[in-house]
Amino acid sequence: MSEETRSFRVYRYKRGNGGERFDEFEVPVGPHTTVLDALLWIKRHRDPSLALRHSCLHASCGTCGMLVDGREELACVCSVEDHGSEITVQPLANLSILTDLVVEMNGFFARFPHEHPIIRASEPPPDARGGEIHLEGDHEVTLDPLPGPLHYHPLHHDHRAAPPGADFMRLEDCIECGLCLSACPVAATSRGYVGPAALAAAERLLEEPRGVKREDVLAWAGRPEGVWRCHVGLECTRSCPADAIPAERIMALRRELIFDDGDPKERE
Amino acid sequence: MSTRHDAHVLIIGGGATGGGLAHDLALRGLRVTLVERGEVTSGTSGRHHGLLHSGARYAVGDREAGVECIRESTILKRIAPGTFECNDGLFVAVCEEDLEYLDPLVDACTEAGIPVQRLSAAQALRLEPNLNPELKAAVRVPDATVDPMRLILRFLATARHNGADIRPYMEVTGLVRHNGRVTGAALRDHVTGKTGEFNADLVVNAAGPWSGQVAAMGGATVPMTPSPGVLLAVRGRFCNMVINRMHKSADGDIVVPQRGLSIVGTSSWVVEDPDELPVPEDHVERMYTEGSKLIPALRHAPRRAAWSAARPLVGSGGAATGRELSRTFQTFDHAARDGLEGFVTITGGKSTTLRGMAEVCADLVCRKLGIDAPCRTREHVLLPHTAYYSEAAAA
Repeated sequence: MSEETRSFRVYRYKRGNGGERFDEFEVPVGPHTTVLDALLWIKRHRDPSLALRHSCLHASCGTCGMLVDGREELACVCSVEDHGSEITVQPLANLSILTDLVVEMNGFFARFPHEHPIIRASEPPPDARGGEIHLEGDHEVTLDPLPGPLHYHPLHHDHRAAPPGADFMRLEDCIECGLCLSACPVAATSRGYVGPAALAAAERLLEEPRGVKREDVLAWAGRPEGVWRCHVGLECTRSCPADAIPAERIMALRRELIFDDGDPKERE
Repeated sequence: MSTRHDAHVLIIGGGATGGGLAHDLALRGLRVTLVERGEVTSGTSGRHHGLLHSGARYAVGDREAGVECIRESTILKRIAPGTFECNDGLFVAVCEEDLEYLDPLVDACTEAGIPVQRLSAAQALRLEPNLNPELKAAVRVPDATVDPMRLILRFLATARHNGADIRPYMEVTGLVRHNGRVTGAALRDHVTGKTGEFNADLVVNAAGPWSGQVAAMGGATVPMTPSPGVLLAVRGRFCNMVINRMHKSADGDIVVPQRGLSIVGTSSWVVEDPDELPVPEDHVERMYTEGSKLIPALRHAPRRAAWSAARPLVGSGGAATGRELSRTFQTFDHAARDGLEGFVTITGGKSTTLRGMAEVCADLVCRKLGIDAPCRTREHVLLPHTAYYSEAAAA
């Protein structure tokens, strides 16, 4: 590791141990060091009590969201090279803090419309209640017949860009990291606002209703805590590490609410 | 409703191994507490390439692991629908030499019960137009992409729903021993900073590549070889199926599409301490070089992240790269092995086989505690991963 170091100011809080504070650490860094690498170095070599969330280390699980110099980042893909000699790290905003850099993600998930299924994957929905099913033995797996010529959509980040007849499925883009909620200026001042991720999920339900009534989704989105609170600051889309473009989906919901006459065919 | 049992089991480790076991034991009606020193899945389980193994990768050299993978991946697709991209996988031969692996691969898969289909180069290129146009032949197998963290969250959420206490940010600092028996663990709570002891009727070490260190806390031994590999994530999705190189396991032999990313893996070496995992830049470069032999466009794809993950391989020193060690799992009853009662280790294996590993370990746990309760995890559809957080809110 090179001799170069950066100074990290890290937010600390332990329940029942007085108030919050910042601790400072000098951390050796190299050309590819990320903020997460630096925090794990601190935990390993300076203070094992530092608590933080991380899992996949490649911006796919949405676990290591935090404020780096005041901006929402996934620490695992936030290069220290893009920051100065002193780097300040804090937990995400608009969520309650459990300890140190760890926020309580139930505050994020509680905003989703629980009366509706939340679309999490591009395949048939699971039985949301769980429970027993009948399995016909372990080795019943077979390959489906080879598909015919397939529509190929290599880089679409948006389900609507998938051409009709596409036979492949992919997991949803939203990785539920909470960065959009933290970055949203409306969520900061308006406690009840459901926020960008939940509204974007509702818009996905319009796209792929899975038995949910269109009017129910629109009624949920059109509530006082819903789409009309958005000030179109676009901070959600700016902060999104997965290119899920929540602001565009919020605007699409507004469009649907304004032009909705109950008959999708006549909306064009 | 299952019968409730009074026996209390403490599981150390909140990854695939511990998560699977917590669910199995809770479903059998045992009292379960799981502790994890950080966030759940913060060790190895969250950071693999996202392949749900059909078993084809292991069929030729490690048939037992191959058979386990096809059995368990089939069950997982049914008990955790929505957590996978079930787009199958291809093994592709990109040079004449690779073709020598074709017949052995097809034969071994057939023997292991893994469905295989031979494809011509033209058929494969129609499925995946970004493949190396030099491609000679391909074999299709039921590989899939899995969301690693969400799969385990579903096991943990269901365990919680069935009464298990799941405690992240709770670090084991020692094992408590009385008269040749492990009776609990010393813990540090990173939420409050407080320390304390936790008593249990049985302690299970499910710490993956750290299981050697945890066993040592009790004076027991586990033959554990942490074997890291480097993985590379690039921006862009260049294939929809999992693309494997058609030769024996080697560096950079797989590309897994995951949402809008492509994951190239992996290298393999061995280390002593799974907390010290470097990411050698020459390994990252090798992922680019080898990965682009499968899909040439990867060569210039922008780097999103490069990282290391430590496989928990069961076996002893002498292994140079880790590739010679089996991917199957083992349970150790430390009463028989080290004369230490009340302490069991389950380690090795893969995320793909977490349910089966849990079944074998839970059978051992129940036998030791004198509890007669059958495994029910094959038939139980897991709660969605979001239930992990709503249960936390209710707790």
